[in-house]
Amino acid sequence: MTTTTDAPAARAGAPRAWAKKPGGSLGRYIAVRALLIIPTVFILVTTVFVLMRLTGDPITAAQGGRLPADQLAERIHEAGYDRPILVQYLDYLGAVFTGDFGTTLSDKRAVTDVIVTFGTATLELAFYALIVAFLVGIPLGRLAAFHRDRWPDAVFRVGGILAYATPVFFLGLLLKLVFSVWLDVLPVAGRADTRSELTLGRVDGATGIYLIDAFKTGDPAILGDVLRHAILPAVALGLLTAGVFLRVVRTNVISTFGAGYVDAARSRGVAERRLLRKHAYRPALIPIVTVVGLQIALLLGGAVLTETTFEWKGLGFQLSQYLQARDFVAVQGIVVVLAVVVAVTNFIVDIIAALIDPRVRY
Amino acid sequence: MAAPASSRRPLWSRLPVIAQLRQSVGLQRGMLVTGLVLTAIFVLTAVFAPLLAPYGFAQLRGPDGPFGAQQPPSAEHWLGTTQGGYDVLSRLIWGSRTALLVIIVAVIASLLVGVALGLIAGYFGGWLDRVLVVVADAIYAFPSLLLAIVLAIVISGGQSSLWGGILAAALSITVIFIPQYLRVTRAEVIRIKSEAFVESARVIGAGHVRIMTRHVLRNSTRTLPLILTLNASEAILTLAGLGFLGFGIEPSAAAEWGYDLNKAMSDVTSGIWWTSVFPGTAIVLVVLGLTLVGESLNDLADPRLRKRAAGAEPVEDLGVDPGPAADPAMATTPETTKEGVR
Repeated sequence: MTTTTDAPAARAGAPRAWAKKPGGSLGRYIAVRALLIIPTVFILVTTVFVLMRLTGDPITAAQGGRLPADQLAERIHEAGYDRPILVQYLDYLGAVFTGDFGTTLSDKRAVTDVIVTFGTATLELAFYALIVAFLVGIPLGRLAAFHRDRWPDAVFRVGGILAYATPVFFLGLLLKLVFSVWLDVLPVAGRADTRSELTLGRVDGATGIYLIDAFKTGDPAILGDVLRHAILPAVALGLLTAGVFLRVVRTNVISTFGAGYVDAARSRGVAERRLLRKHAYRPALIPIVTVVGLQIALLLGGAVLTETTFEWKGLGFQLSQYLQARDFVAVQGIVVVLAVVVAVTNFIVDIIAALIDPRVRY
Repeated sequence: MAAPASSRRPLWSRLPVIAQLRQSVGLQRGMLVTGLVLTAIFVLTAVFAPLLAPYGFAQLRGPDGPFGAQQPPSAEHWLGTTQGGYDVLSRLIWGSRTALLVIIVAVIASLLVGVALGLIAGYFGGWLDRVLVVVADAIYAFPSLLLAIVLAIVISGGQSSLWGGILAAALSITVIFIPQYLRVTRAEVIRIKSEAFVESARVIGAGHVRIMTRHVLRNSTRTLPLILTLNASEAILTLAGLGFLGFGIEPSAAAEWGYDLNKAMSDVTSGIWWTSVFPGTAIVLVVLGLTLVGESLNDLADPRLRKRAAGAEPVEDLGVDPGPAADPAMATTPETTKEGVR
């Protein structure tokens, strides 16, 4: 997991600082940045395609050994995997370009369909995790900076590193052990009880995002159930990001706290607490925007593990199911879509960062 | 303040890590020392695994018959036994060996390839540089675990022997790391390329290869120890993540903590804690150790974050170290550190 290196990465504040040239308007920056998505996505799609084909064709991978050779050859021929690799590649690129990511081998569903069905659950989990990360990471980072190099700082920093050092699935298992098994206060797994899930499935215009659907039912019991199920996965995934936020906020508050304008304010007699709250803290939050962007990739990777731990039926959980079924068409499709999501999210985040901070431009 | 004559200290004190250890004070030294101790314990455990482990990693029975599955900790099995009937302590100790091997292979491979590519990209520039940077960027933006999964499928087809599994994990991690080394080295190379001593080497008539290796490369390695430690910890997490998703190494081929945690998932629901808590804690401690070292190196390299011993305070804002610290191995400007950790 690029995980950590993501973390201090945030200090860079500016993405691709090495490409930064003086001058350039915002419009031009957005245009250049948007154009950069194309090669990125193209490279990713190509990489995944080439890698997956290095192993041979997906049908042999899924069925190899279980089917007689002639039937296997027939199915490979039907699916077109016996054509030259270049033809397959161009075919695949064309299909991806029109939004067709293939059909899964194991359950014959369109990959886009799988993504729409399960993507909402992953989105919901990522959203909860980000809330946990913000609520925990930012205030603690500020506190750590304020008590710099004294014991609270040490405690928070080690806590932040621990949050990073603990694999999400191990943290998930620990949380399950303590809160679901020993204390028996929170559900072990899943997104909701079976009863609530049935009701949620019948909601008019169900979004698949349980929180919204639960509001639509108007039943507080269901809403409570959905939230109770969300706590442990959200904490497991959120703490990882919280640790990153803590470090970023701490480092940035420390550096803004030493800035000239803070010294100036101090010499005018502004109280230390106010200096921290108003002068040093706010500008230190700007890099968080960039970090959130970098975290999206990490969150998605973490979501695969968290969802597997908690049987949270999202894209990550589905991905690990397909992996076990050796359905590599599905794996390839999901991986490519997630890569596109990450590329687009990074673009949006870069634009937001450029809007906030005029220094971040090409 | 040190006299210029003493700026060349004995070799051992200029080595990375040791230099930083001497430089650190207070809390930072505490963190660095804790990290080094944890890392040392990890490495020693890995090296002496055959002596330390009471049983083999795939051993199912002792002199008195089978170990039995899911036995709680006892005198014979200090940390209990797993669902499959293995001794938890033994797999814990042998697991450190797998982790260390993966780290070594991954770090060496990505260092060699990444630094070489970064050197070429930075030194020659042009279209090759652009292509490499765009590709590196694309890979960097990719969720690394997903990339590792794809690579694990390619390399081992999912199920693996000891070396197959180690190579699968290590190489998938390598591909993720190469962009980072490439970026750091490239940034350094571009900076150093324009220095006067490179210019003079060129004037004398030194060839590209000689300039690249002798003059540029040697001066562009200062941020590498930092990324190296951070990547080592990341390698362990990726290995464990792969193992947890079922891409680990078969239990009969080697012990791997992530695989053990995967198998412990169902134990947790029935309140059996020893199968998951111990391997998980092992991962946490090793990653913690490596990260503490990396973090401390990072802080020490960043003048804004470095805490100084009393008496060395006044130069804070210059970004330059006083006296002996002006050694290129240590004085890193904030800019390069930023690049370094991306």
